Amino acid sequence: MLKLNHLSKSYVAGTPVLRDITLEVSERGVTAIIGASGTGKSTLIRCINRLVEPTAGEILFEGADLATLNGRSLRHARRHIGMVFQEYNLVERLTVMENLLSGRLGYVSAWRAWRRKFPPEDIRRAYELLDVVGLAGFALQRADALSGGQRQRVGIARAVMQEPTLLLADEPTSSLDPKTAVEIMELLAGIARSRGIPVLVNMHDVELAKRFADRIIGMAGGALVFDGPAAELDDAMLTTIYGGQGWIQ
Amino acid sequence: MNAPTAAVPADPFKGSLWPRVAALALIVYVIYAGAQLEVSWARIETGLENAAKFFSRLFPPNFSRHDLLVKGLLESLQIAVLASTLGIVLALPIGLCAARNLMPAWVTWPARLIIVASRSFHPVIVAILFVKAVGFGALAGTLALTVASIGFIGKLFTEAIEEISLKQVEAVRATGASFSSVLAFGVLPQVFSRFIGFSTYQLDSNLRNSTMVGIVGAGGIGGTLFAAFQRFDYDFVCAILLSIIGLIMLGEVLATGVRAIFIENATLADLFRRGSAMRRVRHSEDD
Repeated sequence: MLKLNHLSKSYVAGTPVLRDITLEVSERGVTAIIGASGTGKSTLIRCINRLVEPTAGEILFEGADLATLNGRSLRHARRHIGMVFQEYNLVERLTVMENLLSGRLGYVSAWRAWRRKFPPEDIRRAYELLDVVGLAGFALQRADALSGGQRQRVGIARAVMQEPTLLLADEPTSSLDPKTAVEIMELLAGIARSRGIPVLVNMHDVELAKRFADRIIGMAGGALVFDGPAAELDDAMLTTIYGGQGWIQ
Repeated sequence: MNAPTAAVPADPFKGSLWPRVAALALIVYVIYAGAQLEVSWARIETGLENAAKFFSRLFPPNFSRHDLLVKGLLESLQIAVLASTLGIVLALPIGLCAARNLMPAWVTWPARLIIVASRSFHPVIVAILFVKAVGFGALAGTLALTVASIGFIGKLFTEAIEEISLKQVEAVRATGASFSSVLAFGVLPQVFSRFIGFSTYQLDSNLRNSTMVGIVGAGGIGGTLFAAFQRFDYDFVCAILLSIIGLIMLGEVLATGVRAIFIENATLADLFRRGSAMRRVRHSEDD
């Protein structure tokens, strides 16, 4: 499914943010990447769909090495990878419906996109998805009129519109209150289950990760330090991942 | 708690030297430049006298040569509308190419050069050049104001694009969208309302300038105005000036309507109903 081979990234030469990451994600369900701030979780997620250019290594996905793709072939690969962002990254001045349909841009010609001529099938699916994420009736509202939780639901619906075979989520709950955060994680876990796709989630909330993730990956200093089911994540390992001990109860 | 050990500076708000020197230099220069004008009480006295004489001859305005007046105004309107349309159409791609956050340097530099060149000269100077090139008449004025529009809208459009949120663009890119689809869904929605604002302002500005390029023979009411001045037909001058004011006000009303429709999604019926209330809210909704 997805296999990272010796992936490295340095924004500044000589100070790597990711160090030789080798990782395979093939199972359905939620995989959480946890780690302290600034440890490279976001960079790792963004390298997978090449929003960030990796310095070295391979990203094997659906039989191709994404690290070597360019132009059209990269765009075609991206169509199969949905992404959910910490700050939702909705196009604020577009309606909820337009934001959802932007998930289909990889399949629709630019000329049709400019004129908003999407296939009726896409529009039907968009309305269905709005219902699924609990935003029925919001289709024609502008995205900047929504609350944080509602925006993230739109962000998730936009990613699912792509009919992805892999869903990435970069700190999807960090800007939300605890109750909404749980609802968003339930939504993501539900999508992983119902669509049978792997969901790779970055998060720093350990409790939330333990509760929803089938598999947890711990990162520290740009390298993998833990990989296993939530039950194996003990206090000693948390100390290794985050450093210090005072914060563990 | 430990006592703080860091050294406390004597005055944390100490002013810096160079801004003060610059301010002083500016004051000295303003006084010097003012002294160069040779303003004297006697000059002011004769000046006021001349002004009074001139104003008394302006009234009452003389609209008897309305054929000439209407023909000039219509030509000015033509110049303004044509130049704005042409300018906007050309400024869009040039402004986009000049945006450094979307385009590589080898694209932005030529585009920036075009914009800077278009902005370098006052429309009247550009009009003189076009009169030399294509001869007297409205074509020269239209071309001159088109150049001015490219410079103004191109620059502001570029700045608007450079200020957009790249997070929104990133999300659209992540779906596998092509560059032009990213423009349609990630970039344009963020700058559209500001673009409408620049364009209506430019139409307004072109209307005013189109009444002036005629002075150098580039068409419009300006030629008539200049001729009337030179023949001391001050009552006709007054009629022309009042008509120009009317034209500008009409343009302002139109521009407000266009902004309301595009930016606030108002309908024509709303415009008639809300009229003046619209003008007050438009700036607050502009961003």
